[in-house]
Amino acid sequence: MVLLTRKIEFAASHLYHNPNFSAEENRRIFGKCNNPHGHGHNYTLEVTVEGEPDPVTGMVLDLKELKDILEREIMQRMDHRHLNYEVAELAGQIPTCENIARIIWQLLEPKITQGRLHRVRLYESPDLFADCYRNGARAARKS
Amino acid sequence: MTGALKIELGRRYRFSASHRLHSPHLSEEENCRVFGKCNNPYGHGHNYVVEVSVSGEVDPATGMIANLTDLDSFVERQVLEEFDHKSLNEDVPAFRDKVPTTENLCIEIFKRLKSFPTAKLERIRVQETGNNSFEYAGDNREGNQS
Repeated sequence: MVLLTRKIEFAASHLYHNPNFSAEENRRIFGKCNNPHGHGHNYTLEVTVEGEPDPVTGMVLDLKELKDILEREIMQRMDHRHLNYEVAELAGQIPTCENIARIIWQLLEPKITQGRLHRVRLYESPDLFADCYRNGARAARKS
Repeated sequence: MTGALKIELGRRYRFSASHRLHSPHLSEEENCRVFGKCNNPYGHGHNYVVEVSVSGEVDPATGMIANLTDLDSFVERQVLEEFDHKSLNEDVPAFRDKVPTTENLCIEIFKRLKSFPTAKLERIRVQETGNNSFEYAGDNREGNQS
């Protein structure tokens, strides 16, 4: 099996706020991220697809096709958007790196038909990221 | 579908420290041959980058596996306070009788962070320079980076 990774970057704003918490709890739990006017990040997304290279083309999947999927599913949905208010899939969820990575997995997984989605890694900053992958994928790859 | 997914949170920390690779079990000549420049008796230093990965359920109320404030203060207390701007050989008891290679550093940091209370420690990756890095996942079957 070969892994192929494509990276894209998008810029978006967000804030962390749970309406079931008091104002004080929101500030304590979410800190600076609770600023009601929001703030933003340059997100970096790494999408890894697994598969066997096609014997004719030598490709796991056509990178152009992956680029188009990422443009359609992620860039158009999230780039220069407010994640709390403009991304329907995140409605009612706190747009943490963990939750955004999971949503991205759910958006991409059914669209990738050549090869199989292996991992989504979303960086909120160079020092903070979330990984999403199939349960057991790492163990399976070890065997 | 969500139940079949695993989510991890990764966080990077930095510290600067000096070390010297030298084994009392080897002769001077052997130390010099095995460790090369790293055996310089006065030591040398690196800007280390430590990548900590934890996993767990994403709390629906907070959207988090673990609160970063908790993780940051735990890592600060357990590792950075004792390692940053120190000599690993002289200042960290674990390296009094163990060569402070980055392999051993990974294992030591893993041991120190394993007891993080609110999420499961998956693995530690330590970058010694931009060109080399090391990982340790303890007994985690799934912890090894794919």
